[in-house]
Amino acid sequence: MSEQITQADGAQASPDASAKGAPARKAYLGRNLGLIVALVLLVGVGWATAGGNFMSLNNMLVILRLASVIGVVAIGVTFVITAGGIDLSVGSVLGLCSVTASIGAIQTAASGFWPLMVFVAIATGVICGFTNGLIIAYGKVVAFMATLAMLVAARGAAELISQRHNQVVNNQGFLKFFRGDLLGISWVIWIFAIVAVIGWFLLNRTTFGRRTVAIGGNATAARLAGVNVKRHTMYLYMLSGATAGIAATMLLSRTTAGTSTHGQLYELDAIAAVVVGGTLLIGGRGTIGGTVLGVLLFSTLTNVFTQNNLSSSVQLVAKGVIIVAAVMLQQRLANREGTTSP
Amino acid sequence: MRTTLLYGAIYEGDHGHKFGCGVKSLVCYVVLVIEDDHPASLLEVRGLTKSFGPAQALRGVDLDVRPGEVHCVLGQNGAGKSTLIKTLSGAHQPDAGTLRWEGHDVTIANPVAALELGIATMYQELDVVDGLTVAENIFLGHEFSRGGVLNRRETHRATRELMGRLGHSDLSPTREVGTLSPANKQIVSMARALSHDIKLMIMDEPSAVLDSEEVDNLFRIVEELTSQGIAVIYISHRLEEIQRIGDRITVLKDGASPASNLFVSDTPTRELISLMTGREISQVFPDRVPVPDDAPVVLDVDHLTLVGAFKNVSVQIRAGEVVGIAGLVGSGRSEILETIAGYRKASAGTVTVAGQELTPGSVEQAVSVGMGLSPEERKSQGLLLEEPIFKNATLSTFSRFARGMLLNEGAERAATEEQIEALHLRPAEPDRVTRTLSGGNQQKVMLARWLIHGTRVLLLDEPTRGVDVGARVEIYGLIRDLAAQGTAILVVSSEIDEVIGLSDRVLVVSDGRVLDERPSDQIDEHGVLDLVMKGNAA
Repeated sequence: MSEQITQADGAQASPDASAKGAPARKAYLGRNLGLIVALVLLVGVGWATAGGNFMSLNNMLVILRLASVIGVVAIGVTFVITAGGIDLSVGSVLGLCSVTASIGAIQTAASGFWPLMVFVAIATGVICGFTNGLIIAYGKVVAFMATLAMLVAARGAAELISQRHNQVVNNQGFLKFFRGDLLGISWVIWIFAIVAVIGWFLLNRTTFGRRTVAIGGNATAARLAGVNVKRHTMYLYMLSGATAGIAATMLLSRTTAGTSTHGQLYELDAIAAVVVGGTLLIGGRGTIGGTVLGVLLFSTLTNVFTQNNLSSSVQLVAKGVIIVAAVMLQQRLANREGTTSP
Repeated sequence: MRTTLLYGAIYEGDHGHKFGCGVKSLVCYVVLVIEDDHPASLLEVRGLTKSFGPAQALRGVDLDVRPGEVHCVLGQNGAGKSTLIKTLSGAHQPDAGTLRWEGHDVTIANPVAALELGIATMYQELDVVDGLTVAENIFLGHEFSRGGVLNRRETHRATRELMGRLGHSDLSPTREVGTLSPANKQIVSMARALSHDIKLMIMDEPSAVLDSEEVDNLFRIVEELTSQGIAVIYISHRLEEIQRIGDRITVLKDGASPASNLFVSDTPTRELISLMTGREISQVFPDRVPVPDDAPVVLDVDHLTLVGAFKNVSVQIRAGEVVGIAGLVGSGRSEILETIAGYRKASAGTVTVAGQELTPGSVEQAVSVGMGLSPEERKSQGLLLEEPIFKNATLSTFSRFARGMLLNEGAERAATEEQIEALHLRPAEPDRVTRTLSGGNQQKVMLARWLIHGTRVLLLDEPTRGVDVGARVEIYGLIRDLAAQGTAILVVSSEIDEVIGLSDRVLVVSDGRVLDERPSDQIDEHGVLDLVMKGNAA
């Protein structure tokens, strides 16, 4: 190979790269930075308006506990969205899991071994996710429609099983565990933290995460490189179902009853948190840290409004505004990177 | 209208016998030469030179541009393309040489003078103002106004008309240019040129910022311009674009024009590559290495059929052999590769790699036995553009480097660095985002992926698409090196010349059927086209 040619090629690439490569990294940092700034601002507002009531350790734990259930759901959804998919069924699946885990027979069976309820909830979620994945990967139904169908069907199944009754949880071991704490912090919050850490590790440090990002970035390229895209798609929806199951047990311990109405609209809260957090809806880029920040942003917002005795209606409007603002910011950043045409 | 009187006399010799007398005749003539208002050439450039201090950027460039033609100027980086454009657009003054515009010698003192003549230039770095609207950008510097008051209605009407001419009525005149994609900014830039009464549009590598769909759109606009009689000078280093839209070509090399005004249809690729790189034609493609008869057959494709695309394709490739598939667009050549790789599920027939028959439609299995496909659309089918080089290079091998499920990015980087070194991939940074690489280097990333994987069968679909000329020759060499290491290679390219030059054997396909298979030294481009014509007639 001629030296001259090599140099000419290199010289051409360099200015191009400095024009595009560096800002891409900056924008990525900026996106997370924006979230942190927003969260700090919101905390400032809470402090200014509600003072000590807001800035107490106790209230901080309330905010975290509030964030935990949605947070766990959102971690699973982050994987699905990173791979370019969507899971609208997580809310209904969560409801179904809360019902199956609290059926009388299961509770009786779990009387000596409470984790059985957790296994049942997770297994229910995984089965729903497996069905989603099967329909999407092998039935070639677009994820939006397949999981929309599951959203409807899982809710119906939950109603059928529970006969629309509240199934009161009286398994003391289960309740005792989830109401307990470690170092003064509720187990529910620990679970969120553990799921988030495992999620981060899975996405960033494992072959599973690499496949997820590759499929979201370019499914054809991943397939041609030998990645089994269909099988991995199945795993992703099963993962999302599993996190919905974990979240169901957390919710079950808080409400002490399994009902078919649990988790309504949670899919939207989870997707909002994921996208606000900086995971691209088109896939190829996902951030667990961003998702955690997104969830915290929304739960802090709820808390600030509650502390100030503002109605939940006002809260919903504010939430809508935040979602739009965050997505617009995301698009602007994407445009600046030259990845999307207007 | 320009008239010239020519006159003279010719001594006609002895016509005595005809006239019946001995007078020697002298024939006098007077000719009135009337030159057309539209001479054959719109612009004639002769012996143009330009130096910047000791650096001589142009050393004598000749070029003719006719009205309504697309005249391509080809050259590698540093060949003097930019200087030539800047000289023609009045940004630089030449040291020597002449410019004739519509038959008159002219000097183009500055860009305004160029515009007054009717020469508009669209630079690669788009010179649009982000903060202004589409309409404001187009009429920047020559606004419709009365007494300093802008006539917005007239401006918007004229803008819509220009956008209509460019087939982009969807772009609102009031849209802020900063919100547009590079492709649309380019449209605005073209509309601005057209807002002047121009006869020649110079486009400096307009496709560099566009994706393939946008390039199609650009070509439609170019055709629209030429049908209105506007000439286009199209600067590029992408041969495939020139073959699509160019009428004539001038090649620049080291500031000179070794070939001017060649007709695109008469000039084979290898001649252009040879002119641009200064290599002998025989050096453009690497030497073929004879494959021993006892080399094992690595890829055996037997009566492979994909309903609706191709039928009964059989080919055997030995270790170290390069086989090419030549055929026109729509002949089924890409489908053949994609079916062999399992990306499409064969309707009938078998693919066997080193004795193992593959399950139809399983890319995963094909990859696991050592087959790799470098697809036609590198960007949409091959690469994760937002990811770093190393993650693309190890896309088919990251599980192998991993310990259990745990990624080993250190080992991935090290393997990538090895390939970067071997392939002269630039920039040599494993963490560089792949989008920022040139076409040639992106292709090298694809090659690196399969080299790290250790493929025994490499399927290359359009390996040099979007690759500039210097890097092309380099990639040809790499393909041969791979074959020399025992890889069986199957190449598809829309450039028949390239298929023949690269491979040991050529399959000629047309309409989903293999018409012929012969050694590459026994066929040429015309031979292939003849076969295709006859095949279609039969």
